[in-house]
Amino acid sequence: MTLKKLIGVGLAGLAALAVTVLLIDPSLAQTAAPAAAPAAAAPAALVINKGDNAWMMTATVLVLLMTIPGLALFYAGMVRPKNALSVLTHVFYTVCIVILIWVVYGYSLAFTGGGQIFGSLDKLFLKGVTADSQAASFSVGAPIGEYVYICFQMTFAAITPALIVGAFAERMKFSAVAIFIPLWVTLVYFPIAHMVWYWAGPDAIDAAAKALAAAGDDAAKKVAQAKLDEVMADGGFLFLKGAIDFAGGTVVHINSGIAGLVGALCVGKRVGFGKELMSPHSLVMTMIGASLLWVGWFGFNAGSNLEAVGGAPIAMINSFVATAAAALSWMFAEWIFKGKPSMLGIASGCVAGLVAVTPASGFAGPMGALVLGLVVGVVCLFFVTAVKNMFGYDDALDVFGVHCIGGIVGALGTGILVAPALGGTGIMDYTTGKIADYDFMTQMIAQSWAVCTTLVWSGVGSLIIYKAIDYTIGLRPTVEREREGLDLTDHGERAYNM
Amino acid sequence: MKIVMAIIKPFKLDEVRDALTAAGVHGLTVTEVKGYGRQKGHTEIYRGTEYAVNFLPKIKIEVAVPSEQADKVVDAITAAAKTGQIGDGKIFVYDIDHAVRIRTGETDAAAL
Repeated sequence: MTLKKLIGVGLAGLAALAVTVLLIDPSLAQTAAPAAAPAAAAPAALVINKGDNAWMMTATVLVLLMTIPGLALFYAGMVRPKNALSVLTHVFYTVCIVILIWVVYGYSLAFTGGGQIFGSLDKLFLKGVTADSQAASFSVGAPIGEYVYICFQMTFAAITPALIVGAFAERMKFSAVAIFIPLWVTLVYFPIAHMVWYWAGPDAIDAAAKALAAAGDDAAKKVAQAKLDEVMADGGFLFLKGAIDFAGGTVVHINSGIAGLVGALCVGKRVGFGKELMSPHSLVMTMIGASLLWVGWFGFNAGSNLEAVGGAPIAMINSFVATAAAALSWMFAEWIFKGKPSMLGIASGCVAGLVAVTPASGFAGPMGALVLGLVVGVVCLFFVTAVKNMFGYDDALDVFGVHCIGGIVGALGTGILVAPALGGTGIMDYTTGKIADYDFMTQMIAQSWAVCTTLVWSGVGSLIIYKAIDYTIGLRPTVEREREGLDLTDHGERAYNM
Repeated sequence: MKIVMAIIKPFKLDEVRDALTAAGVHGLTVTEVKGYGRQKGHTEIYRGTEYAVNFLPKIKIEVAVPSEQADKVVDAITAAAKTGQIGDGKIFVYDIDHAVRIRTGETDAAAL
């Protein structure tokens, strides 16, 4: 009965989704001309660099490592023993279901041209992609294999919803999670990823700019200029606003963090929250998870350069420096204000630092990253203690306090630290092939657009999905089942048989 | 026959065992327990959230001895388990009605 209901809701959701997609982007209803997607646009003459390709395949599995077992263990250690398997299952399920959705329609919705909010369905079922297909990196004439690019982006789509489950841990039934994840990636993740990351690619812009330069008479110039304008306008909404997000501060962290907060509010507090002992059951597990997150994050940040040169080494050193700085600033702040430096504190600071450096990793200099880390460790500690206690919401594993707040600090910090005067890299202008002039206000406005759009889109989108599930199959288990623990009541097994 | 039951601090177990062996005790039963007395509980802080832990982990040991040996055993435990700090624990002594050694079927004093 429950399964039937579940399938019914799933189908209804998919139908609603199809309608939504068409409403939002009418161009999908037509047969669009082949878009100048970064992948398809790359001329066949370009040669894929074996080193770049090998690095990106490595980076891709590193991001998988972040999620399973990294994030899964990090979270599972923080819940009570009766819910450890529940959290592990949520994360593992999320990875698997998102991988399938990604190859069926996710990649196409996120990374093909079409609208500024959604892509198109041109690559539904990965139509047209072969082993020889290429995807552009951030350098002109340096593509990687499109399958590699698809897999790399797939792991991002998988980890983002997996981050959310920490907020409503220990009290959301599995059937509700099973429906929430596919709906959320479809209605929230794919459009945000498209808005921030989709663009025509360096090769298309370079080719159009060169054509303009080579154009002889005025008529030819006009045609070439129109072509360049068209290529420059082929991007996601926030990309065109000029927002920069190297590895996903908005797309991954603000996005999942706000969805987590809304989830924690919609599903309500855990039974006994604030009265009963809810201490983490294994901080050893949490430490292992945090460390695997850090290791995997090099794939996430340095891999986001899409090549093994240029921004990748910068992202690498920044992911070391900012993380260590944040881990220490959290720990020392805790030592000063709470009396003891804790393992959970240093591990939480580590994750907060990784979150904040994510959007900045390829743009800031190492000293900028150091400052960013020191700041975010204290800011996140303030949010998971003072702010959370003040408002009394039960964000069980601090998804909002660490990912959303850390993501906002990172997104805004990126706008500052990208400045060449502060040791940042500046922003590449592909029409001229040079670093563009940096203007503080322009960049901060663009960053704020990205932050606010993500907060609103994800906040509202998540709210609708949670409420829809709540009114159909319900979000919560009964109080008895919650008391007994989700491991036994949802999964029929227990984590520890001793 | 008496049972000497003592609740002690967990890290004192080895010293107590050595002292009992020296006092001629040939066997004892140990259980991990939780409880509180004057020490009450303590506070644990996880990400800034304070939890009052009301029940502290302790070790319960039970020794069955002939009645005349009971005082000696109580003294041995008291000496070995004492730190002088609050939370050192307590010792209770009570009577045994009957005892049986399962392997041989011996009873009472012979079974101890």
